[in-house]
Amino acid sequence: MKTYEYDVVVIGAGHAGCEAALAAARMGCKTACIVLNVDGIGAMSCNPAIGGLAKGHLVKEIDALGGEMAKNIDATGIQFRRLNTSKGPAVWSSRAQADRLLYRLRMKSVLENQQNLDIRQSAVDRLLVEKGRICGVVTSLEEEISCQTVIIVTGTFLNGLIHIGLKNFPAGRMGDAPSRSLPQNLRDLGFRMGRMKTGTTPRLDANSIDYTELEAQYSDTPPNLFSFSSTGEPALEQRPCHITYTNATTHEIIRAGTDRSPMYTGIIEGIGARYCPSIEDKIMRFPEKDRHQIFLEPEGLDTVEIYPNGVPTSLPADVQIAMLRSIKGLENVKIIRPGYAIEYDFVEPTQLTASLETKKIKGLFLAGQINGTSGYEEAAAQGLMAGINAVHYCRAEKPLILDRSQAYIGVLIDDLITLGTKEPYRLFTSRAEYRLLLREDNADLRLTEIGREVGLVDEESFNRFGIKKQAIEAALDFLNSTKVKPTKETNQRLTNHGLAPLKQMVSLADLLRRPEITLKNLAQLSGIELTISPAVLIEVQLTVKYEGYIRRQEEQVARFKKMENVELGADIDYTQLAGLSNEAKEKLNAIQPRSLGHASRISGITPAAISVLQVFLKKEGKI
Amino acid sequence: MSSSSEPTIAAIATPPGPGGIGVIRISGSQALAIATKLFKPAKPAPLQSHQLTYGYIVDPLQYKVVDEVLAVYMQAPRTYTRDDVVEIHCHGSYLILQEVLQLIVATGARLADPGEFTKLAFLNGRIDLTRAEAVMALLDAKTSSALDMARRHLSGRLCSEIQAIAACLVRCRSTIEVAIDFPDEDVEIIQAREMTNQLSQQAITPLQTLITSADRGRLYREGLSVVILGRPNVGKSSLLNSLLGEDRAIVTAVPGTTRDTLEETLAIRGIPIRLTDTAGIRNDAGEVEEIGIQRAHEKLETADVVLLMVDGSQGVTPQDRHLATLTDKPLLYVVNKIDIIDTFSPNSFAAEFPEVPMVSISAKHGQGLEQLQDAFVNLVTDGEEWDPGHNTVPNIRHQAAMQTALEATHRVIEGLAQNLPPDLLAIELQVALDGLGEIIGLTTTEDILDMIFTQFCLGK
Repeated sequence: MKTYEYDVVVIGAGHAGCEAALAAARMGCKTACIVLNVDGIGAMSCNPAIGGLAKGHLVKEIDALGGEMAKNIDATGIQFRRLNTSKGPAVWSSRAQADRLLYRLRMKSVLENQQNLDIRQSAVDRLLVEKGRICGVVTSLEEEISCQTVIIVTGTFLNGLIHIGLKNFPAGRMGDAPSRSLPQNLRDLGFRMGRMKTGTTPRLDANSIDYTELEAQYSDTPPNLFSFSSTGEPALEQRPCHITYTNATTHEIIRAGTDRSPMYTGIIEGIGARYCPSIEDKIMRFPEKDRHQIFLEPEGLDTVEIYPNGVPTSLPADVQIAMLRSIKGLENVKIIRPGYAIEYDFVEPTQLTASLETKKIKGLFLAGQINGTSGYEEAAAQGLMAGINAVHYCRAEKPLILDRSQAYIGVLIDDLITLGTKEPYRLFTSRAEYRLLLREDNADLRLTEIGREVGLVDEESFNRFGIKKQAIEAALDFLNSTKVKPTKETNQRLTNHGLAPLKQMVSLADLLRRPEITLKNLAQLSGIELTISPAVLIEVQLTVKYEGYIRRQEEQVARFKKMENVELGADIDYTQLAGLSNEAKEKLNAIQPRSLGHASRISGITPAAISVLQVFLKKEGKI
Repeated sequence: MSSSSEPTIAAIATPPGPGGIGVIRISGSQALAIATKLFKPAKPAPLQSHQLTYGYIVDPLQYKVVDEVLAVYMQAPRTYTRDDVVEIHCHGSYLILQEVLQLIVATGARLADPGEFTKLAFLNGRIDLTRAEAVMALLDAKTSSALDMARRHLSGRLCSEIQAIAACLVRCRSTIEVAIDFPDEDVEIIQAREMTNQLSQQAITPLQTLITSADRGRLYREGLSVVILGRPNVGKSSLLNSLLGEDRAIVTAVPGTTRDTLEETLAIRGIPIRLTDTAGIRNDAGEVEEIGIQRAHEKLETADVVLLMVDGSQGVTPQDRHLATLTDKPLLYVVNKIDIIDTFSPNSFAAEFPEVPMVSISAKHGQGLEQLQDAFVNLVTDGEEWDPGHNTVPNIRHQAAMQTALEATHRVIEGLAQNLPPDLLAIELQVALDGLGEIIGLTTTEDILDMIFTQFCLGK
C-alpha cells in the first residue's frame, strides 16, 4: 500500500480551514494546513462578530460536535448579546463582537499547539489526481506533498479581484495575494465554476467619532457565552456598540457617486447577496426609505479601528469619506481602511455529495466560501464536517451526514448540494423546516453524542452533558408527576395574579402550559418548591410549554425520515428508467440523490417521479 | 409495505363520461369502517368479503339517501392493492360520484393521488412491473407540467383568487420571518391588529366564499353555468336546440327574463348544466354595442364555462376576437357551419386561439356534437382518469385543501390574539400555505425570501 506524507491536507486557514484542520488532527489523522500567509490564520476578513440569527445556532452546533469556534469567541469576545428573546425560544440567537486581533491570535495558537497538525506557509498551485482519486498537491515552489485527502477552503482567494470605485486589482483579501493557479487547475479538472461578489465597509478611526449623541448598545448582563463548556464571565472587558443613521444628504452624495461605482457601471460581474447589499444598493433599490441604520462596532480593545456595520461599499474613496461625514457623529470621521467589493470564483456546490466530497474526484473535499456560501459560521460548519468526513474517508468509514431534522448544519449542506445557490448563501432560520426542534439551547442534546462518537468531544464535556441530560429528565418527571390541588390558598394566589383558579387537581406541567405562567413564577403560584437547576430551565420550560407544537414537528420528522432512509445508490443511471420525464432524468443524474427524500427536494422532481423511483427500487429488491 | 399507520385512500375508479355505473374504490385498513358508516344495506347485515350487497349511501349528518348502490367489501390480501378494499358501485352521474366521494373523505379517507392504487398494487406485489411502469410513465408525463395544467384548467378567476390568498399569507409569513431573522434591523415589526385584519379580509373571507361555492350539493341543484358567446347568426340557437334534441335528460326549460336571453337546463354526460344563450350581443350595424357588452359581462361573470362560437363559413372576424377577450373563464372554441364550407382546414382556425380547445360542428345537422360533448367533459374534469382533478369550480381536493388553509389561518389569528411567539405563528402560516400549495403549487423558502428581499431593505 502506498504511504502518504499526510492523511489530510487543508488548503487555507480561514474559519472553514481552522475547523477542518483541527477536526482531522484531533481525530488522529496526520494533517497539514497549507496557508498563503501564516499571519492570516483565523482572520476575520469582514465584520468582527460571531453569531446572529441561525449563525448562532451553527456556532452552538459546531461546539456540540467538538469544534473550536464557540470557545474561540468566548475567549476573545468584547460584547455578548442574546437576540430575539421576546420572540420564542426556538429563534433565540447569540451574537458576540470579537476583538479581531485576539480572535485570530488565539485561533492561530490553538492550531500551532495541536498535535498531528503541521502548519506550512505555501501556495498550492495544483492537485495531484490519479485514477479519479486525490493523491497530493503541488506548491508554487514545485514541492510535491502526497496525501490521501485534500480539503480546499480558500474563501475569496480564488481569482480574487478587489474593486474600489473604478479601480480594481487582484487580491484574496485587502493586503493579501490571490490564488490564480488553483482555480485554473479546478477548471481543468472539469469543475463548473461561477463568480460571486461580496463587500466590506470602510474602517474608521474611533478618535474622530463623536459618540456623545449616539445611542449605545451594551452587552447583556449577565452575558451568555457560546460554548456549552464555557462558564462564568467573558474573559475580556466588554465594550458597547453605537447606533447612527444615514440621512437625505448621505443618500444624495451616494446617488451622485454611482457614476463611478463598479456595481452601477457594470464592471462587477459576480453576483452579490440580497441580504447584504452595499449602501449604494440600498439607496438605489429602496429610494423611499429615508434612513438606514449603522452600528459602529469596536474592532478590539487595543485598537481605534471601528467597523461601521451597515455601509459596505465599493464607491470611490472620495465618495466614501464624503458620505460618511454627512452622518451624525461622523462629521469629522477619518477612514483608516477603505471599503471595497471583492469578486471571486466559486465551485457550483451541486457537484458535491452530502459529505462535501466532490463527485468527480474521490478524496477531494470543499468547504466554505468556495462552495458559494457567505459567513464565518457557515464556513466553519462546513469545515468541521469536511474535516470529519476526510478522516472517515481515510479510514474507509461511512461519512457523517447530518440531516435537515438534526441540525442547521444539515439544512445548510443539503440546500447547497441539492439546490446549489445563485447568490452567496446565508443560513436563515426560515430555511429550516423543523425550526422548533433545532434550537440553540438543545444543540448539545442533538449533537454531543455524535461528536463523542466521531472522537471530537472529550470525556469531561461528555460527562457534563450526561449530567445535564439527566437533570432535564428529572425535572420533566417532577413537573409531570407533582400534582397541584385546587385549594383555597392556591386559587387565591392565582386570582391575585389575575389568573383563572383551578377547578380540579392538575400537574405542575399542566399549570406551566398556561401562557401567563413560567418556571420563574410557577413555584410561587403553586406553592411547591421547585428543584430545577438554572442550567436546564430553558430546556424544560420549552419542552412543557410547546409540547403540542413540538409533537407535531416530531411527527413531520418521522415522515421525513421514512423517505430519507430509503437509499438510492450512487451508481443509478436515471436515463434508463422508464417513466421519468427528460427533465427528471437530467436532474437526478446530475445530483445523484442519496435517498428518496433527497430526490424529492430537487427542484422539478414531482411526486409522480418519486413513485417511479419507488417502483424501480422495488424492482431492484431494494425496498 | 402496508400497515395500519398508512392512510386509507379513496378515489373514483371509473373514467368520467357516460356510463351506467361509476365505481368508487376505498383501500386501506379503515376501508370497511368507513364504508360501514355510510353504506346501509337494504337487509341489515354485515358486509361479507367478496360479496355484492345492495343498499344505500346515506349522508350520516343529514340522514339523506345520496344514491342507491351496490357495495362490495374485499378483505386483504385478495384485492387489487392487497389491502382491505371496498368498492361502491353508484349511478354513473359525475356529480353523484363526487358527492359520495366527498362523504368518504369526510369520514376519514384521504383522496388518492393519481395512480396511487396502481402504485400500491405494484409495491404490494399484486401487479407486474410492465403494467406499473406503463401507468407511472403516463403519470409523470402528465404531472411534469401539472402546475401549468392546473393553471390552465382551473378557471382563471378561481386560480387568481387562490393566488391572492396565498400572496396575503406569504406577506404575513415574510413579515414574521423578517422579525425573526433580522432582529437588529430598522424595519417594521409585527403589528398584530393589522395582520389580523389582513388575514381576515384577504384570506378567511375569500376562503369561506370559495369553500361554500365548492359545495357539490349546490352544484347538483343548480348545475354548471355554461354561456354560449358569439356574434348574431353564428348558430347559437341551433346548437342549443341540437343539444336539447339529442339529450333526453331535460329537466325544465326556463325562459329568460327578457326575450333576448334563453336559459335551458340539461345534462351533458351526466353533468347538469344551465346553458345560456347570449342573444343580446348584436345590433343592426353588426357591431358589438355597448349595452350588449354590458349584458354579456353580467352573464359571463356568473359562468363556469364559456362556449365561444364562430361561423366557420365566415372565418374568424375581429368581433369574434374581441368577444374572446371579454372573459377569463375556461373557453371551448366551437367552429360551426362546417357543412357549408368547401374545404374546411381546422389548423387555420385553431391558430386563432392556440390555448383554447377547439371543436368543429354543424349544429344544423347535428354533426360533431359527440366531440363537442367529449371536449366539454374534458374541459370541466381536466380529462383526469382516476380522479376528476382540476375543475372549473373547486373540486373535493381543492375544497379539502382550502379547509386546511382556513383552519390554520384561524389558528394564526387566535395566536396573534394570544401573543403566540412568531416562530409558532410561522408554523401555522406554513400549514395554510401548504394547503393552498396543493392547488396552485408549493410555496418554497425561496419564495418567502424573495418576498422578504423585495419588500424590506435588509442587511448590515
